Amino acid sequence: MSRKVSATRKGIVTAAAWAVGFLIFFPILWIIILGFKSEGDAIKAPLAVLTSAWTLDSYHEVQERSNYALHFWNSVILSVGSTLVALAIAIPAAWAMAFVPGKRTKDLLMWMLSTKMMPAVGVLVPMYLMFRDFGLLDSRIGLVGVLTMINLPIVIWMLYTYFKEIPGEILEAARMDGAGLKAEILYILTPMAVPGIASTLLLNIILAWNEAFWTLQLTTSQAAPLTQFIASYSSPEGLFYAKLSAASTMAIAPILILGWFSQKQLVRGLTFGAVK
Amino acid sequence: MGQITLSSVTKVFGDVTVIPPLDLTINDGEFVVFVGPSGCGKSTLLRLIAGLEDTSSGKILIDGQDATDAAPAKRGLAMVFQSYALYPHMSVRKNIAFPLKMAGASVEEQNRKVENAARILNLSSYLERRPGQLSGGQRQRVAIGRAIVREPAAFLFDEPLSNLDAALRVTMRQEISELHQNLKTTMIYVTHDQVEAMTMADKIVVLNAGRIEQVGSPLELYRNPQNLFVAGFIGSPKMNFITGAEAAKHDCATLGVRPEHLDVVEGGPWQGVVGIAEHLGSDTFLRVHVEGIGDLTVRVSGEMGLHHGDRVSLAPQAGKLYRFDANGKAIA
Repeated sequence: MSRKVSATRKGIVTAAAWAVGFLIFFPILWIIILGFKSEGDAIKAPLAVLTSAWTLDSYHEVQERSNYALHFWNSVILSVGSTLVALAIAIPAAWAMAFVPGKRTKDLLMWMLSTKMMPAVGVLVPMYLMFRDFGLLDSRIGLVGVLTMINLPIVIWMLYTYFKEIPGEILEAARMDGAGLKAEILYILTPMAVPGIASTLLLNIILAWNEAFWTLQLTTSQAAPLTQFIASYSSPEGLFYAKLSAASTMAIAPILILGWFSQKQLVRGLTFGAVK
Repeated sequence: MGQITLSSVTKVFGDVTVIPPLDLTINDGEFVVFVGPSGCGKSTLLRLIAGLEDTSSGKILIDGQDATDAAPAKRGLAMVFQSYALYPHMSVRKNIAFPLKMAGASVEEQNRKVENAARILNLSSYLERRPGQLSGGQRQRVAIGRAIVREPAAFLFDEPLSNLDAALRVTMRQEISELHQNLKTTMIYVTHDQVEAMTMADKIVVLNAGRIEQVGSPLELYRNPQNLFVAGFIGSPKMNFITGAEAAKHDCATLGVRPEHLDVVEGGPWQGVVGIAEHLGSDTFLRVHVEGIGDLTVRVSGEMGLHHGDRVSLAPQAGKLYRFDANGKAIA
């Protein structure tokens, strides 16, 4: 027998859920609204903001002052590039840890994760000096390398948990059937892990797209992604809410759209194996 | 050809010796069953032969060739797993064709062999389906099909029927036996089910704690068990064991008598009361509490109307008593 839920109770819970959802979404909504206001209207009291005139001025100005296309392409190259490199390293690594674990595999996984617990600023100076000496400052290659490394632990962990769900007997069957290591990973493991690999790919692109610490520290113009584009509208010239909001909206729009269209895949991947 | 020889093969996991030195020869075309309780090392032994586990020491010869360190794919063996281990993202056709594809066979050859195997296994109308759309029995047949197309030197079966329901198990058992008659290829079959072992095997290998307790044909093991373990493992319901004064009367430490070798007669030597009577129709199994001996299982005809609380007297059939010494060894 299923539990009986009264209509009122259902109504209250539904309203509460929508309220929490709205609260979480509100900052993004407010940024989008402010982007369509004039600089003077944007700093008014909230109600006055809503009733003031709508305008595209901020977008025009942002377009004139910065090279959105360059930053957009930098973001795409850095996030997709670092994700693909990370996957190329992580798939064989996770295969090894999931299917031929050694005595220290668990420790190794914990150690990798522990590097994420360290505050990034702790290694800023040595990283900066290395980048300077190798001529990597403001270069896409250098940044792809950094983003790959900082997200690699998460990518390996995610793939490891997906691979653990794949029965070892299937891989053994492939071995009996004459598949070498390459054929085993290519024809059996990867196709079976596609949902997991896809959600890892999406999540990592989102993480890399929004990464702000290293991208702000190690780039200035040529390799600067959209995080730098947003930042250029905050501190140096005082605060310009409307332009900052317009820039932020332009920066998050692509990743928001990507997330919207792939949400089914993302959720499926993140709950992979949770229900047998 | 498919002769497999194990010579002093051992397997050690860390500090645990799973298989102490073991010698065994499996002849070409034989249907050999490894049987034993769970954890006895029978699956490990099969995986050593398959090459899925490395041998710690000793040699494995396949048709006289040393295969101890050969990769699984190079041994010319095919394996059917307990979980079937089908590739869920491939159609039945692609599943069966996979070993051929790995061997570099042409598409025409793949199709010809797949369709041939499908005909033998009644899978022809399912070739384009995915494993997820098949029943347990059909999945098992796909797994067997994938093994057949390789034309292996020997088939290895790892408890292939334990995921099927009882009725299907009987059918598949007969199908596998039939397959063996037709292909005449060596088959090694692992099970913990002594009924499967008795009905299918040319030769049974009884394993216990990684050691071979006895090797022989099903009836040899039934008639002449060499020790208590084999005597207790082969036969259903299992053999009754009597110790103490009654055993001493027969000059042994343990006296064994099978339920089917006990008769309910007037004036037999053992008097008792029926505890439980299980009526199966053709047979009735009685659990009889005998004074001074303990509980004995007796197999009687289904027609015999005995019930809980009835007093009976039992007599063992002449020449059907088994005697074992203090170490559990059979006394001839």
